[in-house]
Amino acid sequence: MNNDSVANILLTTILPGNFVLAMFLGMCPFLGVSQKLSTAVPMGIATAFVILVASVSAYFLNMVLVHFHLEFLSVITFITVIACAVQLVEMFVKKTFPELFRQLGIYLPLITTNCAVLGVALFQTARHYNFAQSLAYSIGGGMGFTLALILMAGVRERMQLSNVPTLVQGAALSVVIGGLLSLSFMGFSGIGGGE
Amino acid sequence: MSTPSSFDEFLDGLWKQNPIFVMVLGMCPTLAVTVSAVNAISMGLATTFVLGTSCLLVSLLRHAIPKQVRIASYIVIIATFVTVVDYAIQAISLDLYQALGAYIKLIVANCILLGRAEAHAAKNPPLPATTNAIGMGLGFTLGLFLIGCVREILGAGKLFGVALFGDHFQPWVVMVLPPGGFFVLGFWLITIAAFRHINKKRNAQLQGAQP
Repeated sequence: MNNDSVANILLTTILPGNFVLAMFLGMCPFLGVSQKLSTAVPMGIATAFVILVASVSAYFLNMVLVHFHLEFLSVITFITVIACAVQLVEMFVKKTFPELFRQLGIYLPLITTNCAVLGVALFQTARHYNFAQSLAYSIGGGMGFTLALILMAGVRERMQLSNVPTLVQGAALSVVIGGLLSLSFMGFSGIGGGE
Repeated sequence: MSTPSSFDEFLDGLWKQNPIFVMVLGMCPTLAVTVSAVNAISMGLATTFVLGTSCLLVSLLRHAIPKQVRIASYIVIIATFVTVVDYAIQAISLDLYQALGAYIKLIVANCILLGRAEAHAAKNPPLPATTNAIGMGLGFTLGLFLIGCVREILGAGKLFGVALFGDHFQPWVVMVLPPGGFFVLGFWLITIAAFRHINKKRNAQLQGAQP
């Protein structure tokens, strides 16, 4: 059993243990959808929601799997549940915000293959979190992901106006900005009782 | 690799369409496990195995899987092989298993796998599909290895666990920490972009010289 307090887990996953900047989960949308603030915010919220759903269902699924000694099926069941949750979000966004749906494009269904979502399910199982801890972990993770996406989008919106050498344009630039953000997030280490 | 065309497909993944440096896919394991060269290579080989076997299976089943449920079927196929690899690594080396942690299971969520299954394996017969997948996998391994080397040499002063410098070498701790991963990847992306740029220039000059 893990004895970290709920508040600690929440703080740790948002700041020093940020999913994107410290654990490298969910890099694809971080590099792909972070060009504009207007798409980064809804993408972050959609992902945070999926992370929450995935975490809650993974918690109960894991209980069932452990009960029947079927732990080796965990990856398969988790990913299937996540795929269903993403489908749900996709239908909801398509129905209520068709404009947004077009902007997010391929990245919306790709939440399924977002490591952050599967990562939450796997890490909370590996660390034997109880229900409240899992909930804190997933909420913190989702918020941290959204925060990183918004920060990145803010920087990249500025970068469009500056004169960048041809060689560094594109992915290389985003990766280096990511590195600087990650470096600054390391300044938070120690908050929430460390790792 | 009996015909030149399938060899071309093999090379395609290895260099021309390198998943890390050209397509910038599968970033999560790229940055997370490349703290040392050994970790990088084992992660790359594990991914190559999953890529090869799942593309073979997807390609064999390409007429049997209905279009509507194809993504779900691919994911289940991939997850199956990832579970196999997960348990295999656990049986072979417990140290390695602990070093890679949950990232072995996270191979499922690697965009390269679903991308290959959807874009290539689902449309081609088994042999070229597998060759292409293995080429891609080795290209991925190469990319991981390059990043892992730089990070291990600078961050720990070692390569494959063998110390390279004298005792007074001060390790660049930042290279082993998360930001180092970003910086080394950025460094390689810029280097490769520079190579391509020089090549393009030279080709343009050659074509200009011949009227």
